[in-house]
Amino acid sequence: MSAEMPEDSAPLIEFDAVSKDFGKFRALNGIDLEVGRGERLVICGPSGSGKSTLIRCINGLEQIDSGRIVVDGVALEPGGRGARQVRGKVGMVFQQFNLFPHLTVLENLTLGPVRARGLSRADAEATARRYLARVRIPEQAEKYPRQLSGGQQQRVAIARSLCMEPGIMLFDEPTSALDPEMINEVLDVMTELAETGMTMIVVTHEMGFARRVADRVVFMDAGEIVEMAPPDRFFTAPESQRCRDFLQKLLHH
Amino acid sequence: MIRIALFLGLLLALSGCSGNWGWYVVDPRTTSGWNNLRFLLSGLEYTVYLSAVAITISMTVGLLVALPALSPFPWLRRASRVYVELVRSVPLLVLILWVYYGLPQLTGLTLSVFWAGVIALALSDSAFQAEIFRGGIQSIARGQYEAAYSVSLGYRDTMRYVILPQALRRILPALGNQLIYMLKMSSLVSVIGMQELTRKANELVVVEYRPLEIYTILVLEYLVLILIVSSGVRWLERRLQADES
Ligand SMILES: Nc1ncnc2c1ncn2[C@@H]1O[C@H](COP(=O)(O)OP(=O)(O)O)[C@@H](O)[C@H]1O
Ligand SMILES: [Mg+2]
Repeated sequence: MSAEMPEDSAPLIEFDAVSKDFGKFRALNGIDLEVGRGERLVICGPSGSGKSTLIRCINGLEQIDSGRIVVDGVALEPGGRGARQVRGKVGMVFQQFNLFPHLTVLENLTLGPVRARGLSRADAEATARRYLARVRIPEQAEKYPRQLSGGQQQRVAIARSLCMEPGIMLFDEPTSALDPEMINEVLDVMTELAETGMTMIVVTHEMGFARRVADRVVFMDAGEIVEMAPPDRFFTAPESQRCRDFLQKLLHH
Repeated sequence: MIRIALFLGLLLALSGCSGNWGWYVVDPRTTSGWNNLRFLLSGLEYTVYLSAVAITISMTVGLLVALPALSPFPWLRRASRVYVELVRSVPLLVLILWVYYGLPQLTGLTLSVFWAGVIALALSDSAFQAEIFRGGIQSIARGQYEAAYSVSLGYRDTMRYVILPQALRRILPALGNQLIYMLKMSSLVSVIGMQELTRKANELVVVEYRPLEIYTILVLEYLVLILIVSSGVRWLERRLQADES
């Protein structure tokens, strides 16, 4: 290896033959995947296909059993200890929001920056208010999560992740727990985030969002990546039968 | 609770007329009655102080025993289990005697009555505290850990700022029960000479030979003390709830 690759062309996230087992059950089976800096990847697939497991491996919420993941130069290997280091670079938004119910919105946003990034309280609050404005709820800072609607809570959760200034954002079905009328307010915030050049991996079945925002769409089934293509090709000419069936079902309900 | 207290008060007032009672021993209008009353009440300070110190220690120990019970390492879970089973199978009275008379021989340290009482009460209660904390921590959803980890908090900060504050709110009623239990069980420390409420009553009974009146006062002392504590706990619960809504 004499010639060094220019940094920009190296993938920001790289999966190399990654497998993950829960007991005897294989949740991920030999995943190979590269995500470039600034890329937006949408992952879809039937329930239980391993979508959540895949993105949870990226920030070390799940330990992999074989293969290797490299996230912005940090390697995650079976039994390895890279998780803490990776979490500083990766933000995550959950289906169930997972806000801290005993803390105000502002405290939810400043806990990580103050305790883990060592920011002063004043700096952390300034950052928090900036991101709250960006997700369009600057006036809710002093409230507790349960006083907010689902859509507002999920936007707080996005702001909470952004306060850590991550280079990568992971979304695990961010709109699946929301009432239909609140889905768009969250998708709009995510679309704006994509426009800032954030690297994003989004597990979702919102195909309109995938068409608009994704650089590539991934279809997973039974712990494997079955199909991966840019949205125009993915939606018009999927190669595998399983993917065609899945898209059929999504469209007809 | 208030009604029960009023009822008991009424009952006492009535029984005072029946002639079988000799309330003079604690009649505040006579000098000796007033002195006796003050003597009985002088144990209050020790009862409260003993219980407060013991429950502070038992909660700390309980938490330290509960955390390994939740660890992924089987040997840590087993060690925690053994501690709980062992400690809670010893009767408190036996533990008090063992700590006061036995422990100094074993270690060569002499223990004051107060600290022997504190150690025995705290030890005994810590097994129950461990179970309470374990249940409370287990009741917090996994998503809370994951959210904390994903904003880069480590295990300690996650426990301290995210998990324990929520667990504490949930176990507050159980902790209140333990404090009440502690206040009552502290009466057993009278057997090694601790000058708390029960000991004072025993000593006065020996002098005055009026067990009915003196022990009735003792009952009332515990009743009032515990009513105050339980309404304090409920006030705290309401305040914490109001905080979040
Ligand atoms: N902690 C776990 N323990 C056991 N099995 C799990 C666990 N997490 C996920 N699984 C299993 O792994 C498979 C993939 O799960 P998941 O990644 O959540 O799927 P998806 O997000 O695509 O619905 C499912 O069959 C699920 O039951
Ligand atoms: Mg999932």
